[in-house]
Amino acid sequence: MTNIAFKKDLKIAVLSGKGGAGKTLLSVNLAAAASQSNYIDCDVEEPNGHLFFNPTWYMEKDVFVKIPVVDESICDGCRKCLDFCRFNALAYINNRLKIYEDICHSCGGCILVCPLMALTEKDKLIGKVSLGNSEDVRVLSGMINIGDSSGTPIIKELLSQSRSLSDKRPTFIDCPPGSSCIVMESIKDADFCLIVMEPTIFGRHNFDMVYDLVKLFNKPSAVVINKSIDGYNPSENFTDKDEIKVLEKIPFDKELGLLSSNAEIVVRKSAKYRNFFSSLLEKIYMEVSNETVTRT
Amino acid sequence: MKIAIPADNNNIDSKVSQSFGRAPFFLIYDTETEKSEFLNNTAASLQGGAGIKAAQLIVDSKASALLAPRCGQNAADVLKSGNISIYKIEATSLMENITAFKENRLALLQDIHTGFHDKYRV
Repeated sequence: MTNIAFKKDLKIAVLSGKGGAGKTLLSVNLAAAASQSNYIDCDVEEPNGHLFFNPTWYMEKDVFVKIPVVDESICDGCRKCLDFCRFNALAYINNRLKIYEDICHSCGGCILVCPLMALTEKDKLIGKVSLGNSEDVRVLSGMINIGDSSGTPIIKELLSQSRSLSDKRPTFIDCPPGSSCIVMESIKDADFCLIVMEPTIFGRHNFDMVYDLVKLFNKPSAVVINKSIDGYNPSENFTDKDEIKVLEKIPFDKELGLLSSNAEIVVRKSAKYRNFFSSLLEKIYMEVSNETVTRT
Repeated sequence: MKIAIPADNNNIDSKVSQSFGRAPFFLIYDTETEKSEFLNNTAASLQGGAGIKAAQLIVDSKASALLAPRCGQNAADVLKSGNISIYKIEATSLMENITAFKENRLALLQDIHTGFHDKYRV
């Protein structure tokens, strides 16, 4: 479909500083426009890409993390594990070690520092990943269990699943909102970051946070403005030192809103939007190939 | 018996700190000898788990009761394991609360909040 040279397993992360900016709209429709692609829903706290793709699932896998367990007959209360734990997931009260599983980040450090080897590991189930197909798009979706607080291990599992796939396809990563650990994990392997911005002052503020993160990771990036209307746009006050390019503006359009709110994939329903997202995809591929040229 | 109160400053004229885990100091007051001692809350500036760490400090101080405006779930759990009762206080000065405690005017803290950590943790 395109003559531009780029690697076949290109990974494009779609991110934004806030929810509701249009990450899922973009990543779902770009994946559908690309065809023979992978779509990864890394927003494991509230995944919704599968609602659009309605895939036929063919695999499901539980995700576990390691949590320390103490053998009280061995522990002598030296508290080396308490001193080590950056998250303070351990306490020593009435000659007993208490472990707060919800606070633990599964680093395993307490087990290493225990001089008596009183600590061992156990598995804790925190969620699952599912793989399925929707027409020619492969859908990878992660879901964290209610009450668990860190989705990072689930995102790791999603990306590891995508790496182990035998066919090389372009991959579109639907990131969680914001710029926290789970977003860093989601963009880590990406070749290109596409930032979605709303045309408001708030949208601009959120963009700045994510742009800082993307620069920190040294990722090539570009912006798409969603819900764009004619006239003054307070988000577009880019200063001269901003090197980021606005690739496309998605119009604030009733047809688009209606299809999306009915969980339809716009490129599969509207010829106009199929062309729109295909053209955006070409522009992204062009950006990536330019990056490859300038960087090598 | 010894009682603990979160304090904004390390003197007896200080106000009560509205936070437990993030309080700058703890007053440890001995109701028998009427002696007061201030502990630096080393947990105050921690990134996470401040409630657990602060509660560990109180347990280690051998206090039998904590007097606080509020307390999070993890901290309350540590204190409970250490057999420390938590009393709810409303007055702003340390001395007023000590007097109220001595006169048995304080009720046990019932509304333990679930903590603010989960919502914003990265």
